[in-house]
Amino acid sequence: MTTLNINGELVRVDAEPSTPVLWALRDVLGMTGTKFGCGVAACGACTVHVNGQPTRSCVTPISAVVGQKITTIEGVGNGRVGKAVQAAWIAHDVAQCGYCQSGQIMSATGLLESNRKPTDADIDAAMAGNLCRCGTYQRIRAAIHDAAKSLA
Amino acid sequence: MDADRIALRLAGAAGPRTVPIDRRDFLRLTALAGGGLVIAWHAPFAAAAEGAAPGKPLPDPNPFVRINADNTVDILVNRLDFGQGALTALPMLLAEELDVDWSQVRAGLAPAADVYKDPFFGIQMTGGSNAINHSWLQYRQIGAVARAMLVAAAAEQWKVPVSSCTTGAGMVHSGARKASYAALAEAAARQPVPEKVALKSRAQFKIIGKGKGRLDAAAGATGGKKYGIDTRLPGMTVALLQRAPTFGGQVASFDATRALAIKGVRDIFQVPTDRGGTGVAIVAEGYWPAKQAREALQVTWKAGVGGTVSTDSLLASYREAARSPAVIARDHDMSAAAGAVRHVGGEYSFPYLAHAPMEPLNATFELKSGAATVMAGSQFQTIDQAAVAQTLGLKPEQVRLITLPAGGGFGRRAVPTSDYLREGAGIAKAWYERQGDKAGPVKVMWSREDDIRGGYYRPAHLHTVDAALDEKGKVLAWDHVIVGQSLVKGTPFEGFLVKDGVDGTMTEGVAENIYGLPMRLRITHPDVPVPVLWWRSVGNTHTAFVMETMADEVARAAGADPVAWRLDRYAAGKHERHSAALNLAVKKSGYGRPLPKGHAWGVAVHESFGSVVAYVVDVSVEDGRPRVHQATAGVHANLVVNPLAAEAQVQGAAIFGFAMTQPGFEITLKDGVVQQSQFTDFTPPRMTESFPVAVHFVPSEDPPTGLGEPGVPAIAPAVANALAVLTGKRLRKLPLELTA
Repeated sequence: MTTLNINGELVRVDAEPSTPVLWALRDVLGMTGTKFGCGVAACGACTVHVNGQPTRSCVTPISAVVGQKITTIEGVGNGRVGKAVQAAWIAHDVAQCGYCQSGQIMSATGLLESNRKPTDADIDAAMAGNLCRCGTYQRIRAAIHDAAKSLA
Repeated sequence: MDADRIALRLAGAAGPRTVPIDRRDFLRLTALAGGGLVIAWHAPFAAAAEGAAPGKPLPDPNPFVRINADNTVDILVNRLDFGQGALTALPMLLAEELDVDWSQVRAGLAPAADVYKDPFFGIQMTGGSNAINHSWLQYRQIGAVARAMLVAAAAEQWKVPVSSCTTGAGMVHSGARKASYAALAEAAARQPVPEKVALKSRAQFKIIGKGKGRLDAAAGATGGKKYGIDTRLPGMTVALLQRAPTFGGQVASFDATRALAIKGVRDIFQVPTDRGGTGVAIVAEGYWPAKQAREALQVTWKAGVGGTVSTDSLLASYREAARSPAVIARDHDMSAAAGAVRHVGGEYSFPYLAHAPMEPLNATFELKSGAATVMAGSQFQTIDQAAVAQTLGLKPEQVRLITLPAGGGFGRRAVPTSDYLREGAGIAKAWYERQGDKAGPVKVMWSREDDIRGGYYRPAHLHTVDAALDEKGKVLAWDHVIVGQSLVKGTPFEGFLVKDGVDGTMTEGVAENIYGLPMRLRITHPDVPVPVLWWRSVGNTHTAFVMETMADEVARAAGADPVAWRLDRYAAGKHERHSAALNLAVKKSGYGRPLPKGHAWGVAVHESFGSVVAYVVDVSVEDGRPRVHQATAGVHANLVVNPLAAEAQVQGAAIFGFAMTQPGFEITLKDGVVQQSQFTDFTPPRMTESFPVAVHFVPSEDPPTGLGEPGVPAIAPAVANALAVLTGKRLRKLPLELTA
């Protein structure tokens, strides 16, 4: 049994210590907002925050994040930046199929937490790890700029 | 709670809300406990499915729309939504004629049932960019019928003529009287379905033509949207399937000792797989133990039907086949070629491509005696339901298929063979047979590796074109050959789509001969044991590239501007929508104005699925790759129902189609084994390769045509045309190989 701090709550996870955070969230805890896309940290769909840092949960074992603060898409809106990003995402109607967007929102929030006025190059660097097969990149970029403005 | 009670999330109105959609509720014609249900979802009249066919009775609104006690309106969508926006656009049509405020509307995806069949295709499916086109009349009629029944109920209650009643924002008014739809709905449900209803004129539209955000946007942004892969049921297990390294390969023997020792693994057994193969299924308490067990499994294989394919030698054999093509798809006398002073054209080759939707394939099965429930992001409900039934030894009506939102598809969920659902049903069947009472629902999942290696690719094709020109660049003869696997040979679609040995899905985009060329088109469909499937925009992914780069080449050979050359041909052929789309893109892009050093303009235009998309792009070369700085789209899709979503479809399709040009975007095989397996070696564009697309629609009041696919075909040739200007070379092999 491993105890994790997820979205500010301590939760007990009955899983092997090597289990990736992704599968602990989805299969053990029933928190399905964090998505499985590749399993090898190549697509970003599974992005969560560990102590505020965007992290690929599909390759992060639960044993590595004991005692650390994990934030998921279900909890990121409790923060001012996450809430602004989610609002911008809805206002720009960013999502098409939407499957990658939990991860996109987590990466965008991570970017804006550390950089309140990101340039296009900053956005490229922060978002390059998040694939979107629907090709919503243009609206993602616009939504990030808009969220930045709303936080200024 | 079991699968019978699985909830459908309706999105919209007061935020996401869960409403049970047990199909038996539809069939029972009951109000939900707690009241408020007025026009109930229930069994439709048989004829109601023919909504859009002229001369048929009007559709019964009941299976499509429900008015709740709080005057919100639930609308069921007879399509899969996998990003294209049917979940929002079809309710817009219905809500317009029902005359409710958009804020009252919620929507969900309909399960498999006869009433939800496409009014034109006759099966329940989503494809060919037809959701809006085919339901344009149907969904408006349903809204208008429901409105008429509400008005009739009000007139009866108030003893006033129907003509004195008006509606708006979900209310009926007559003089000083007014009543909400919710208050009238029970009485409305008792009214006869009218024989005729008037639909609004374009000028009366309040919702259609206005940009509306996706109804599930809020749920999506907060992690609440449930896809097929998010299905969780009590007692549910997760299954993975170890398939053979080659298509149709079979298990020679396997040792599961180590795999079974992994905690959480419940069972391991051999099952049939696609194309006559066999594989080993692992059932576990979650994906992670199943994956670990699969890695610990020891299997020896017998090579399958696909054991010999190598893409290098395949290309060589296609090249050979192109010299003696089998079938004439379109004929023309080529003798004028003898008078040519020069020839342009050459050999074009296209690789296999995976669809790689972000949500890996999955389906959840729950079996009971003589009944089954399957939950999946199905794009072909009627076909998939029948396939699952056949695998399980049931009748189609004994299989409830619940349509869940899908994380992309691009064709991969529209499989004539229902490959992943048959395999999944086979695993579920064996699991229940082996475990008896200890079995429970099982979610069969694909890993990304399974997806990339799993076949059902956009087929590799080879085209050759020889355009014989006179001294002025006029085309004297156009000799065009296509070699490539048929998409539908051997499938239930063959009868509809293959005519005289020609698979029309592979010649679309050439055979229409939009430029009025002296064209001969010949084709060969080799049998290759690699499963193939339509990929967003189908044959147009090959044909538009060939035709639009050739058009550019021929125009330049004639010393003409490629835009002017096209416009001349469109005028000659009376292709007014092509002209309008291209003119709009040219005007909005500023085509022709000087660009920074190292940049060039590229243009391409293509019609597919009834819509014309013209791209003008500003391109340079960076690090040996094309870099698009700006794309401008001129689009003719007739009346645009939801401009916000339509714009997104074109923007996304441009990125999707651009992928074809990018190094690393191809599937290759060696001795039957797919050489790629992940997003690390099959590499779709990322934010860093993306580009802005300004989308402009030609104004029109004609019935809408599709937009899910038409944005794909023309972007790659537009980019290639710009590259030809920059490099002086014509690249005819995809993905493009540029040297910096």
